[in-house]
Amino acid sequence: MARFTRGFAGRSANRDPRLPPGQYDTGTSWPVLTAEVTPRVGTSAWTFTIDGLVEQPTTRTWDELHALPGSSYSGDIHCVTTWSKLGMNWSGVSVDTLLGLARPSPGATHVLVRTYTEYTTNLPLEDVTGGKAWVAWEVEGLPLPVEHGGPARLLVPHLYFWKSAKWVSGLHLLDHDEPGFWERYGYHNHGDPWLEQRYQGD
Amino acid sequence: MVAPTPIPPPRWQSATVVGIRPETPRAKTFRLRPAEPMHHLAGQYCLVRLTAPDGYTASRSYSIASPPGEEAEIDITVERLDGGEVSEFLHDEVELGDELDLRGPIGGWFVWGGDTPAVLVGGGSGIVPLMAMLRHARRLGRSDVRLVVSVRSPEDLYYADEVVGPETAVIYTRSAPPGDTRAPRRIELADLAPAVVPGATGYVCGSAGFAETVTNLLVATGMPVDHMRVERFGPTS
Repeated sequence: MARFTRGFAGRSANRDPRLPPGQYDTGTSWPVLTAEVTPRVGTSAWTFTIDGLVEQPTTRTWDELHALPGSSYSGDIHCVTTWSKLGMNWSGVSVDTLLGLARPSPGATHVLVRTYTEYTTNLPLEDVTGGKAWVAWEVEGLPLPVEHGGPARLLVPHLYFWKSAKWVSGLHLLDHDEPGFWERYGYHNHGDPWLEQRYQGD
Repeated sequence: MVAPTPIPPPRWQSATVVGIRPETPRAKTFRLRPAEPMHHLAGQYCLVRLTAPDGYTASRSYSIASPPGEEAEIDITVERLDGGEVSEFLHDEVELGDELDLRGPIGGWFVWGGDTPAVLVGGGSGIVPLMAMLRHARRLGRSDVRLVVSVRSPEDLYYADEVVGPETAVIYTRSAPPGDTRAPRRIELADLAPAVVPGATGYVCGSAGFAETVTNLLVATGMPVDHMRVERFGPTS
């Protein structure tokens, strides 16, 4: 393979250090990338369920979730299609708080994230605990738009954004790993943007 | 949304640019000859990576427009986006004989295997993966695959010499060619209903707004939500 592309100088000068390798700053735009028909879930019918290997299977309504202590994230998000959006402000509830209600069983090691579509994604428990993940319903102080996953989506900003499932409906705890939707279509199982874990084998 | 057994996407390889063809004032088709043949399905995409002498890289994904069965060469069609680091380079700098880093094929969801009725609905550059499907259908001689493509004006239509046919319809939203009986306007139910063949899977590709409109229209024709596959793109440069 050629070591470099003829005529390509690139834009490495003044590159924002917040950008992982191979990513570019999408600026004020926010691309919408989804694989299915947008579900319309009214907040009156919306629930969030944690089940599987938990001591207390838990379902909470929209209002009940909002009554929990809130939590916010300020920082960057990174999409596998190479855009990043820097300096965002999100709020919702920490997954730590939610898992505190359900209490994972000692054998639980992974979560399969469920949504209001058939989309799923998988994560090790350690990637959604310790202040690393949220169920988010507000972005930049406004309700999360439906095309970006509203009324609520998972937010796991230290991994590529397909892990931050839109239209999230719950977490299913497991004692093993089970690949989700894109993970079965060849995406990387973990998805660390700083290691460029985009596709299987990366 | 049942997924197949995973097949890891292939590694990066070198590809030679063996053809460059303008489609519209803002889009060009690049014919690439990879060192190792690609065996792609209609609807899949590939990645193109540019590398600067200092090691900096930029890569973008591009849908494959050519049908399966031509693995020695693949076509990608690239819209030139203002300020688009990769698309501007491909349009303005790349010449025949240049080598580009290529990885693919990728994507197992937005694909048509050639074995089901299908309704393909594209907006603007969203026609690209659908063109691979239409070309594949024509080679297979399938009469139950329909294409509806929406463009602003005649000069925005990709593959214009090839798209026209009894199984296709072009919707013009801003200006129509002389003699077109349909007044320019956005796509609507009456444009899609005739194309929805029984039992079809819907493949919708376009901007987020276009995909939202079309999937809602397809629901209105009675197509089940789980028979639709969507590829939305936002602005990617």
